[in-house]
Amino acid sequence: MLIAPPLVYALLLLALPLCAVVLFSFWTQDFMEVDTAFTLQNYREIWDSPVYLLLLQRSVFVSGMVTLVTVTLAYPVAYYISFNVAPAKKSMWIFLITIPFWTSYLIRVFLWKVILGYNGVVNSGLVGLGIIDEPLSFLLYNVNAVIITLAHAFAPFAILPIFVALEKIDRSLLEASRDLGEGRIRTFLRVTLPLSMPGLVAAVLIVFIPTIGDYVTPELMGGAGGKLIANMIQTQFLQLNNAPLGAALALVAMVCVTAIALVFIVLNRRWLRRQV
Amino acid sequence: MSGGRILGIYAVLYLIFLYAPIVLLPIFAFNDATIIAFPLSGFSTRWFEALWGNAALGDAVGNSLFIAAMTAILSTLLGICAARAGAMADFPGKSGILGFVMLPLVLPEIIIAVSLLIVLRQVLDMQLSNWTVIAAHTLLCTPFSIAILNGAFQNLDPSIEEGAMDLGESRWGAFCSVVLPLVMPGIVSSLLIAFTISLDEFIIAFFLTGSNPTMPVYIWGLLRFPQQLPVVMALGTILVALSIVLLAIAEFYRRRGLARAGLKDSGGFL
Amino acid sequence: MTALIQLRGINKYFGDYHALRDIDLEIKQGEFFSLLGPSGCGKTTLLRTIAGFEDPSAGTLSIDGRPMAGVPANKRPTNMVFQSYAIFPHLTVAENVGFGLRRDPRSKAEKAGAVKDALEMVGLGGYGARSAHALSGGQRQRVALARALILKPKVLLLDEPLSALDRKMRELMQVELMKLQRQVGITFILVTHDQEEALVMSDRVAVMFDGQIRQMDDPEAIYTRPRSREVAAFIGKMNFLPGTLHSSGEGVEADVAGLGRAMIPPDRVTPGLGSGPAVIGLRPESLAVLFEGETTTRRTVEGTVDEVVYYGDMTYYDVRIAGVDEPLNIAMKNLVGRDVLEVGTATRVAWDERSLVPLAP
Repeated sequence: MLIAPPLVYALLLLALPLCAVVLFSFWTQDFMEVDTAFTLQNYREIWDSPVYLLLLQRSVFVSGMVTLVTVTLAYPVAYYISFNVAPAKKSMWIFLITIPFWTSYLIRVFLWKVILGYNGVVNSGLVGLGIIDEPLSFLLYNVNAVIITLAHAFAPFAILPIFVALEKIDRSLLEASRDLGEGRIRTFLRVTLPLSMPGLVAAVLIVFIPTIGDYVTPELMGGAGGKLIANMIQTQFLQLNNAPLGAALALVAMVCVTAIALVFIVLNRRWLRRQV
Repeated sequence: MSGGRILGIYAVLYLIFLYAPIVLLPIFAFNDATIIAFPLSGFSTRWFEALWGNAALGDAVGNSLFIAAMTAILSTLLGICAARAGAMADFPGKSGILGFVMLPLVLPEIIIAVSLLIVLRQVLDMQLSNWTVIAAHTLLCTPFSIAILNGAFQNLDPSIEEGAMDLGESRWGAFCSVVLPLVMPGIVSSLLIAFTISLDEFIIAFFLTGSNPTMPVYIWGLLRFPQQLPVVMALGTILVALSIVLLAIAEFYRRRGLARAGLKDSGGFL
Repeated sequence: MTALIQLRGINKYFGDYHALRDIDLEIKQGEFFSLLGPSGCGKTTLLRTIAGFEDPSAGTLSIDGRPMAGVPANKRPTNMVFQSYAIFPHLTVAENVGFGLRRDPRSKAEKAGAVKDALEMVGLGGYGARSAHALSGGQRQRVALARALILKPKVLLLDEPLSALDRKMRELMQVELMKLQRQVGITFILVTHDQEEALVMSDRVAVMFDGQIRQMDDPEAIYTRPRSREVAAFIGKMNFLPGTLHSSGEGVEADVAGLGRAMIPPDRVTPGLGSGPAVIGLRPESLAVLFEGETTTRRTVEGTVDEVVYYGDMTYYDVRIAGVDEPLNIAMKNLVGRDVLEVGTATRVAWDERSLVPLAP
């Protein structure tokens, strides 16, 4: 009964539109009109074009790197907050970590440009300290800049689920492991890490999948060589007015990340089972 | 040095990494130079003054505030329905339905944007307006509202509501007199969070905005003009201050809700 | 006298799960009635059915002669003390107690007086202004009681009200609840899994298993004359010896393994149990070990002490006797100047025919 309003809303504005995307991807844009004859032409075009495949490849690589960097950097922080911070101060720490996330995304991305730019904070600092003579030009307008910026943007998304999973671990389990003769590191590997795995997996998914859809960061930070598939989708829709091709590109991108995410989940399950 | 100390230092460095861009914001907002770079030129409030007289920006802010307010109300209402359904007894397909409603949380935003654009423009041939952005933002914000309100509803002892009914209240009366006051902090923080997300959302708004841009879409336009950048910094400074105030209020209410329910703080919005 | 509460053929299904099976029950005005059983036996479901939180799948329920079908919980003359107490955490103690008085036509001052009286009745006079979530477990329970009793219900329903309290507090509240019930004269229906609680407080006890009432009697009858092995095992401790019953014109004679032949006293004969194989129950405290040189007029049997468990006021012995696999469990009061027997001691066990409980195998 009560679930009906949100369900109907999600059906109308999510499921139905997604179906429309699928349908559109099998149609073609014929000048100003959409030709509704079923065809695989869009998919063939994506498959045959080196540009789309390159963008797709680069997007998956960037998403993967962002996920790796974000989660690796985030885990120790989540661990520290859960295990080393006094209980009364934990929510303060979580609050501190979430604040930057709630500030304007566009401006945050732009500020990274200021930090990494030719006359930016890093270069001015290094030149000022006499470490380098000329500002470094490889900091901005490439894939690395995109990865740093996205890793920053998604930090709280990685920390929170890991933190929640670590908080749920019964501390006496760790004492039991020590009591049974394992050291700190083995205890971490055999007890803490496997038990926090649900949070880690959630963090990976919540970072990996959405990053594929971001076109702001590559647009501002990526330069010519750092554009991603989302930029192309945006261009197809808003500039080239080719919605069917854009829809096909969006679907291919989403299917790619979903498939990779599923493979990751399966591998993770297998790893956990081997641990036991 | 102990492992805890090393981790502590690392965590502080990480916080610096998180806050680095935001700290720069007021520095350049009050810097008396058009170029956003070091060295700094001197203190000035002229960028804030320039903001004041900008009518186009005023319109964009007005649009965004309207969209954010409507989004906050709609997604919180939907969130209340879902959270309450989730806290009640099982019904067939419960976890599947709840999972589906939460889906926008892990969906790339561009997919939401693209799919809605196709339906609105190509299928329904509707004009894009503030309401198209509101519809999309409500979809995006509802999972956040549900997550926050789930906490509020699931902390609620079901016998509290039965207790009120046992003492003579009708179902609706029990909801108003007991459930609503107890989940009110959750509702307030859901409203604030949804408001904040909508106010800042760009990726979807850029696709679905009509002839009147929202504030982030307007900022996006400004970013292309170097001479406008200090104004953007000033605007950003105000937005950050506003976000922090809103979040602090949301956090305050969330904690008060926990205190009211006599529960320990388990941290975090999500 | 007609019953205050009547349940006829109550059945309740949750999906495929048959939670209540053909419950027939009558409870009199002013009675302290307990529903006793292990968790999952349906006792709480039955209580919630009476309260109006569950609708029976079949059967009728009437309170004070009024059928309750279609009457919601808030319109029933029942009030409930919840297991979690369900104290509203955002209200003060006085606001909690006065919660149900909203529709009461009395003036504000009169209502405040009623709240004050109710709080004094449960020993919480002067606590009215306190915030509810700062109370201890025992205090919460008193608030829950006052909140329900202020509405002068025909029936007060108590769902495991003492289970959240520590042992001392529980024993104290048992006595207080009994006093309170006598004072207000309201019918109490208590749900509990604690047999001692049920036996101490109730006028009558219904023992439930698998959604059925297996036996309904006063506490003494439930304890001394259980009608089935399940009830006997659930209430207190019981030794079970295999045996055979022989019914004849003179009465029922039992052939008990290890003890020999014995006549079952007429008031001990379980209705419906005829000749044939049976299980004979014996409470540990109805048996005694004989100390060296002690004599008795009771029947005795030779045995060896197998295990001794010392409890302070009591000592429990396991004594092996010939012809029975399981040792007999025997409870002995520890008297001044009497030693505890050691493991391995040869002894004799005294028993009586009138403490035998014949049960279906």
